[in-house]
Amino acid sequence: MSAAANMAEKQCAISGIGQSDVGRRLGRDPLELTLDACYAAIADAGLTPADIDGLSTYPGAMAVPRGFTGASAYEVIDAMRLEVGWYGSGVETSGQLGSVMNACMAVAAGMANHVLCFRSVWEGSAQGSGGRSSIGPGVGRGGARGATIYAGSFEQWSLPFGSAAAPVWVALFAQAHMERYGVTTEQLAQIALNGRRNAARNPKAIYRDPMTLDDYLNSRMISSPLRLFDCDVPCDGATAVIVSRRELADDLAQPPVYIEAMGAALHDRTNWDQLKDLTRTVGAAAATQMWRRTSLTPADVDIAELYDGFSYITMLWLEALQLCGFGESGSFVEGGTRIALDGSLPLNTSGGQLSAGRLHGYGFLHEACVQLRGKGGERQVASRPEVAVVAAGGGNTCGCLLVTTVA
Amino acid sequence: MAAPEDGVSDCRTARTAPLLRGKANVSEPSATVVVLPELTDRNRHFWQGGERGELVFLRCHDCGYYLHPPIPVCPRDQSKDVRPEAVSGRANVASYTVNQHPWLPGFETPYVVAIVEMPEQTGLRLTTNLVNCPIEEIRVGMAVRVLFRHHEDPNGDVWIPLFEPDTDADADEGQR
Repeated sequence: MSAAANMAEKQCAISGIGQSDVGRRLGRDPLELTLDACYAAIADAGLTPADIDGLSTYPGAMAVPRGFTGASAYEVIDAMRLEVGWYGSGVETSGQLGSVMNACMAVAAGMANHVLCFRSVWEGSAQGSGGRSSIGPGVGRGGARGATIYAGSFEQWSLPFGSAAAPVWVALFAQAHMERYGVTTEQLAQIALNGRRNAARNPKAIYRDPMTLDDYLNSRMISSPLRLFDCDVPCDGATAVIVSRRELADDLAQPPVYIEAMGAALHDRTNWDQLKDLTRTVGAAAATQMWRRTSLTPADVDIAELYDGFSYITMLWLEALQLCGFGESGSFVEGGTRIALDGSLPLNTSGGQLSAGRLHGYGFLHEACVQLRGKGGERQVASRPEVAVVAAGGGNTCGCLLVTTVA
Repeated sequence: MAAPEDGVSDCRTARTAPLLRGKANVSEPSATVVVLPELTDRNRHFWQGGERGELVFLRCHDCGYYLHPPIPVCPRDQSKDVRPEAVSGRANVASYTVNQHPWLPGFETPYVVAIVEMPEQTGLRLTTNLVNCPIEEIRVGMAVRVLFRHHEDPNGDVWIPLFEPDTDADADEGQR
């Protein structure tokens, strides 16, 4: 399918996928959830833990924000008694999918044959006992009266102004984009409405009750133009995939999902308020890189699984990935028919993070594999997709993958 | 939501457009937490320039490029001759959001977070709060100017740069 067989991702395939229980607040040991996902992915591939010789995760060990990481690389390596030829983790990479790209490069470099990749969160439980923990270290947990918080590093440029969390930062992108291109609230609503429609067909989704446009419009404003239903729902859950050497994957238990191209580029400033163009996601560079690594084009994409930590990030990814023109995402999603399960470009088929839970990037890759295998059950795209684009991250941290069942 | 009784500008009360009294030392009327930058040798010029009423960026003395956030080496010519320098304090709104969610105790909602861009250099931007302006009048592109909120602090006083409508800019516009 590709002209450049020596590229790392062409030498790899996703051989197995696994996911733990997913819930708003499961109250379970996050390491248990992580291991549930990892063992499930290994079994799905027809492998055993002894076959796993690499491990990659995002973000790895992090004390704060609480709930942001369910297990570190070391914890999983030890808990599964793995013997790995290569491993790595880190938050400073091209979004959550950066960990999958690192796995591809490890395989291509000959450091491993089967790399276990995972993302694990327990933000639902962590935040159930306090403020939303994703607003920065030490903040939002009810400091003592009269206390002074000192913001260092990048946070000094936002926290003193109450720009305390990603919804505010993304709202700034959204407002600039809406004013420049005339995107309407009703158009933006389609991301949330589409997610909820699809979530109704996903038994593991967190919010499955129908959502109307009025429901959306009546949801409380968080940071204009973003409403509550533009924000994803923190949850507990873990997702794992196995990145295997391509020729080995062909003989395993599942039809392989090939990684046709990957995009990791960062051509922009790393402070969210310093981006060269506030109306374009950093992911545009990653997307351009991805398309340069394949002979496929945006017209070949059958389904799109695009990060929706906030609805507007999905809008910006649609444009960045050239699924529509810059400034055209509003009209592209208008009415919701094009992006529905029976539309010309089904989008976020599991319900996305808005309705199915904030599995943080990996949920989209998992869902792409489910759909490409034809195992989507009630939510299976009937036209039997063969090419999926998966994108994760926003702000300064973005990455994308093009995956396919076509060898 | 009422403005503070003393009429001092506050980033949480932009809707009511309170009067501003010079560079008053604004206390947080209902704050349980105050968020201040952690002063370092690299950022002190920025956070304390307001003492003189100046918005100060680091600037390469060799090529004239403003460096923000501040860094010790200019990325254009690798010069280490970087010095604090005041800009005009005028800016334009690059984007804004009316925040309604109480992220931080003591930040009364709604308040306006904005990204403003300085005319001195394309892309030279700050996140800030817009004050002294009815929310309905805020637009991308509108002209604003800096003002400062002074915080006394044992680790060193800080002057937080906020922005308000630049009425002079409107007058300039009319003369053109």
